Amino acid sequence: MLSRQGVRSGLRAWCAAATARPLLARGFADAASEKKAKVFGEAQVTDKFKEDWKKIAPNFDMPKFPSNFMEARPPVPPTIPAKLTVNFVLPSQYELQAKQVDYVIVPATSGQMGVLPGHVPTIAELKPGILSVHDGTEVKQYFVSSGFAFVHANSVTDIVAIEAVPLDRFDPDEVRKGVQEYNQKMNSAKDDLEKAEAQIGVQVHSALQTALGIS
Amino acid sequence: MASGSARPGSMRLAKLLYGNVNSYLSSGAAGINGGGAVWGSTTGLSSAELAPFGARSASGQIVRNRMKSVKSIQKITKAMKMVAASKLRNIQVKAENSRGLWQPFTALLGDAPATKVDKKLIVTISSDKGLCGGINSSVVKYSRALFRLNGLDGPDKDVKYVIVGEKGKAQLQRDSKKLIGMYFGETQKSSICFTQCSMMADEIIKSNEYDAIQMVYNKFNSVVSFQPTVATMLSPQLLLGDQEVTGDLDAYEIEGSDTKEEVLQNLSEFQFACTMYNAMLENATSEMGARMSAMENSTRNASDMLDRLTLTYNRSRQASITTELIEIISGAAALEG
Repeated sequence: MLSRQGVRSGLRAWCAAATARPLLARGFADAASEKKAKVFGEAQVTDKFKEDWKKIAPNFDMPKFPSNFMEARPPVPPTIPAKLTVNFVLPSQYELQAKQVDYVIVPATSGQMGVLPGHVPTIAELKPGILSVHDGTEVKQYFVSSGFAFVHANSVTDIVAIEAVPLDRFDPDEVRKGVQEYNQKMNSAKDDLEKAEAQIGVQVHSALQTALGIS
Repeated sequence: MASGSARPGSMRLAKLLYGNVNSYLSSGAAGINGGGAVWGSTTGLSSAELAPFGARSASGQIVRNRMKSVKSIQKITKAMKMVAASKLRNIQVKAENSRGLWQPFTALLGDAPATKVDKKLIVTISSDKGLCGGINSSVVKYSRALFRLNGLDGPDKDVKYVIVGEKGKAQLQRDSKKLIGMYFGETQKSSICFTQCSMMADEIIKSNEYDAIQMVYNKFNSVVSFQPTVATMLSPQLLLGDQEVTGDLDAYEIEGSDTKEEVLQNLSEFQFACTMYNAMLENATSEMGARMSAMENSTRNASDMLDRLTLTYNRSRQASITTELIEIISGAAALEG
C-alpha cells in the first residue's frame, strides 16, 4: 500500500509521540514485520475489501472493526528497555493497564515462568496458580484461574485471565474442604466427563492450597 | 323545534370540526393517513369513528377516550425510559470494563476482516425485546452484507448464520431461513456472564465447522451513538497454516509441553469466548441506550398529541356550549317576539 522504507524513522518518532489513538493513521507498517502489518486506530482492510463493500452495499458505511478501537502498540525498540509494560485484563475489569514493572512471574502450564524486559516472544497457556507482579520492592500477588500470557517483542506483556483474586481473599478452611470434596468426586466419578470436571476441581484447589501455604 | 334549529347549528359545528377532513376524504383514500396538521388524520380517527352529523356530545366522548389512552401511553413510555436508563448505567459499567478483554488477542493475531475463506460463520448479536430503535435492523443489514460479500467470490462458499437474540432471528428468518445454523435466545434473562458466553462459544464451535467467524454487533459509543462493528476470528487450522493472514505468529515461542496445534486451538477458542462476552455486553448496552431514546421520542410525541387533542376537545366543548346558548336565546326571543 504505502512505501514502507521511507517512513521507518518517521514511524518511530510518531509512535513514540502518540500513545493516544492516532487521528491521521494511514497504514504505517513496522519495518520489522514485512508480513501483515498490525495497525490500530484504523481498520486493516485492503482496498479490494473496500471495493467489494461498495459493490454489495453501496449505501451503507463500512462497519467498524475492533482495530479501530485499539490504541497503537509501541514498536520494537532497538535496545532492551529497562522496564516491562504489563497489561493484565479480566472479563470484569482492567486489572493493570500499561503498567511499567520490573518483571512478572506467570503460572504457565510448564511451571512458574519469569518474564523480564527483552524476553523472547512467547505464547504461554496459564494453569491455576499465583501470578506475581514485581516493581522495585513492591510485589502484588494474584491467584489466577487460567488464561493466556503473550509476551511481545516490544517488551509488552498481555495477560488475559478469567478470574484473578488477591490471595488474602481466600478462606483456608474452604480450600481444604474443596480439596477433599473434589478428591471424593474424582474417586466416585462415573464417566469421563465427571472425572475431568473433578480433576479440574482438584487441580485448582491444590494449587490454591500451595499458594496459601496450608497443608 | 329543537331539531329544526339544531340542524343549522350542527352543520356549523360539523363544518368546524370536519371541514378539512371532508375535503381530504373526497380527494383520496390516502387522506386519512396523510401527513399534515389535519385534525382527523393527526389523531388517527377514521371516518367511521367520527361522529355522524347532528351528534354533539358523542364526538366529545371519543376525544376524551383518545386523550385517556394517549395519556396512559405517555406514562408507560416514560416509565420504560426510566427503566432503560437505570439498566443502562449498570450494564455500561460492565461493558466498559470488559473492553480490555479482546485487545491482547487483536494485538497478537491482528484483525483481518478481509480474509477469504471457504466456510464462514456470521454470528449476529441482537436483542430479545423490541422497542429499541433501529439497532437490530442495522445489525441484520450488515450481516446480510457480509453474506453477500462472501458470495462475490464464488457460489461454493459455505456461509451460515448463528443468531443470538429473538429480533435478529425474526428478521433473518424472512429470507435466509435455510442458512440459519444455530439460534440462542433469552440470553439476558440472568445477567450476561463469562461462563454463559463460554458455553455458547463452546456449543457453536462443537456443532459447526468453520474457517472464520465474523461477529456483528453494535458497539456502544454513547447514549445516542452505536456503531455496527465486525470482529473476525480465525479457526486454529487457519492460524497454523496461513502465515500471510496472521502475520508473524511464527516468531512466538510456545511455552509449555503442549504442541503448537493444541495451544493455538485453545487460543482461538478463548478468543472467541472473550470477544463474544464483550460483544454481548456492548450490544446490550446499545440496546438500553436505543430504547431510552426511542421511549423519550415516544413520550414527547404522546405529549404533543395530548396537547393537540386537548385543544380540539376544548374547542368542540365550547362550540357546543355556544350552540346551546344560541338555541336557548333564539328560542326565548322567538317566544317574546
